[in-house]
Amino acid sequence: MRNFSALIDGLVFMPARNGKIRLLADFFATTPDPDRGWALAALTESLVFHEAKPAAIRQLVATRVDPELFALSYDYVGDLAETVALIWPERPERANSLPPSMTEVVETLRAAKRGQVMGLVEGWLDTLDSSGRFALLKLITGSLRVGVSARLAKTALAEWGKVDLGDLEECWHGLTPPYADLFAWLEGKSDRPAAGKGAGFRPLMLSHPLEEEDMAGLDPADYAAEWKWDGIRVQLAARGGERRIYSRTGDDVSGAFPDIADHMTFDAVLDGELLVARDEGDIAPFNDLQQRLNRKTVTAAMLKEFPAWVRLYDILFDGEEDLRSLPFTERRARLERWHDAARPRRMDLSPLVPFEGWEALKGLREGSRENSIEGLMLKRKDSVYVAGRPKGPWFKWKRGALTLDTVLMYAQRGHGKRSSYYSDFTFGVWRGEELVPVGKAYFGFTDAELVELDRWVRNRTTRRYGPVREVEPGLVLEVAFDSVHPSNRHKSGLAMRFPRVHRIRWDKPAVEADRLETLQAMVVG
Amino acid sequence: MQDMPAQSPSRPPAERWMKVCPEGLYVEPGGFYVDPLRPVERAVVTHGHSDHARPGHAHVLATAGTLAIMRQRLGEGAGAATQSLDYGEAIRIGDVTVRLVPAGHVLGSAQVVLEHAGTRVVVSGDYKRRFDRTCASFEPVPCDVFITEATFGLPVFRHPPDLGEIDKLLHSLSLFPERSHVVGAYALGKCQRVISLLRAAGYDRPIYLHGALEPICKLYEGFGVPLGELRPATVAAKEELKGALVLAPPGAVADRWARRLTDPVVAMASGWMRVRQRARQRGVELPLVISDHADWDELVQTLDEVAAPEVWVTHGREEALVHHATQRGIRARALALVGFEEEGA
Repeated sequence: MRNFSALIDGLVFMPARNGKIRLLADFFATTPDPDRGWALAALTESLVFHEAKPAAIRQLVATRVDPELFALSYDYVGDLAETVALIWPERPERANSLPPSMTEVVETLRAAKRGQVMGLVEGWLDTLDSSGRFALLKLITGSLRVGVSARLAKTALAEWGKVDLGDLEECWHGLTPPYADLFAWLEGKSDRPAAGKGAGFRPLMLSHPLEEEDMAGLDPADYAAEWKWDGIRVQLAARGGERRIYSRTGDDVSGAFPDIADHMTFDAVLDGELLVARDEGDIAPFNDLQQRLNRKTVTAAMLKEFPAWVRLYDILFDGEEDLRSLPFTERRARLERWHDAARPRRMDLSPLVPFEGWEALKGLREGSRENSIEGLMLKRKDSVYVAGRPKGPWFKWKRGALTLDTVLMYAQRGHGKRSSYYSDFTFGVWRGEELVPVGKAYFGFTDAELVELDRWVRNRTTRRYGPVREVEPGLVLEVAFDSVHPSNRHKSGLAMRFPRVHRIRWDKPAVEADRLETLQAMVVG
Repeated sequence: MQDMPAQSPSRPPAERWMKVCPEGLYVEPGGFYVDPLRPVERAVVTHGHSDHARPGHAHVLATAGTLAIMRQRLGEGAGAATQSLDYGEAIRIGDVTVRLVPAGHVLGSAQVVLEHAGTRVVVSGDYKRRFDRTCASFEPVPCDVFITEATFGLPVFRHPPDLGEIDKLLHSLSLFPERSHVVGAYALGKCQRVISLLRAAGYDRPIYLHGALEPICKLYEGFGVPLGELRPATVAAKEELKGALVLAPPGAVADRWARRLTDPVVAMASGWMRVRQRARQRGVELPLVISDHADWDELVQTLDEVAAPEVWVTHGREEALVHHATQRGIRARALALVGFEEEGA
């Protein structure tokens, strides 16, 4: 546990993303198998121990510490694992016994019978130091909260192993802890583990926002256009009898969308937009889709009121055949052919938008006032399907008000009917490694969303400055605003006019939020 | 260890002659206050930290060390008339016998031992129990009433061994030899203790100081506390500070001042660093749990050693210590004293 607890301590105190990556890479380089694999599983939340619930831990500590003193301490510290780690009375006679290794903890807990778990935990707490106790308790309660997402852990692995992150993502879903085959590959001792024949996640291809000055250099004849639908990007993977729906980051959301999964009776991997549609293809506003997000399961009433729909953009696999190296136009033809044959229910094709030159396309973009359309996508006709966000082949061209994907940084309680809720939000964008605040928004969300936001803020607070809470950089707010001007009042040097929360992007990783340069480029005059 | 005063059947309970007033803790039969918050006629001052040693009193009684610190920090405000008292020496003020006994907190820090009508009351001031080469060690004095601080009065506060924390700092210096290490440390006491611990651990390179830390370091050296080679960080070339150890007040490490340093590792030496969230709140990358206050175990141990049947808890997290003492059969209560800060703990 020593390496792991040192890693956890380091991550807790390391604010910079690159610093975290360095710590992780160093840990993977210096920790043997299978300890490092179990640690990776913990970081990516792939380890679950059902019996080690907070209530059981409280009961355990009550056998060793005066409950009143514990309550006062917990109130002061505010985090259960940390309070227990600090308050646990050390037994000098145990100080010389060897603390357990990561592997010993994981394997013993996995083999433990119901009712044995807390006894094991008690024994380990006695042999570990306070950092070790903290790491153990975080590990067994299943939520580390050390500012590392699964994505960041994988990024660190890829950097350390000098492999492409997309390659790693490609095989990730075929792997199981403690990932011996993965580490062998990353250390150059074996080939990349197979992506698996199953319905594993294939990393998505993403786009860049189109700047006005980009257009001059682009030939309209090279590009196909299609609508950018206002939903959630998903990958439908149905292979060898397995069916999975993945979010853009590779989270498996199949359980929340049985109304789509039920109709995935084909053998293919598809790229599309998840939407809500009451009648065939009649797309409801994004807000309706919002009701279906962030849920592990779904009720029959939900299914009826907010039925899901997928509008298909692309095809990655048709049966066994990997189509990703074909140019877009050929993939598009294959998608149409496939759709004609398969005719899956609750899905349709996103139509191509024919156009003559950029001016005409601009007119189409402004002319379309449909609620479910965010703008246009431009895809190079010869673009192969690659992981990540290469510059050039795909562009997104949003319409209407200016929008920016920002990261929630601070929250403050509101007034009046919102007085108990954190409803005033300060958001920022990336400048290099750091976030700089660019504005504040007080509205643009429903009361139900406010409850969710408030809960998110309370759970992810990292610091408090009087009434203001600083939160983990983990939630993307898509902010709409009328214009942006230079300003001395903000650290960023920019002020937005009339900013409001346009959408809460629960699905989008914070690192993918916009950069300050993007906002600077929107300054008028 | 000293003997208990003779038991007298008619002695008045301490709360009859020790009072909490807006000015601070008042010793009525002596006509003086201990660590008063506002200017008073007569003050006994436990130590030189600014929340205990305030300016503007007419008469001040303290150790020579404390008086020197007060003169340096407060100038004229150190007191119209000052009188120094050696550790252990007794003096009669009004109807009270007063002695100062080492508290082990900072240079010159003292507990105030008060005897009146057969009752002995000890005011701990701020204290610690760890060995510290920069000041005299705490001496427990058995008493009838022990008035204790409780800055770290929660069982989550257990300070690890000092040298282990210093090792963390030295390890980081060897791991990142190109980065300046800036350690936030309170100007009086913590700064000199950290330097002294570094020297004890064999670190003999020059240590760089923020300007605010220099005067007290000189004062300590004048009192015979060796600190090795110290250089001002203010005028030092940027190149020279690469890989160097720099001490600065806690407020300066996260401030513009620290920008003169190259990619600094921000450390903080404080008992609060024990709690991760506290360390994160201060933007600290390398927390060092080094405190000049007693931790929970030491607070509890001290209650045992002074064996007072009655304990008053002044500033800090009173509730838990009162609870603990009560469980042990001690009459305990929290004194509503305000005005003491947590800075630099």
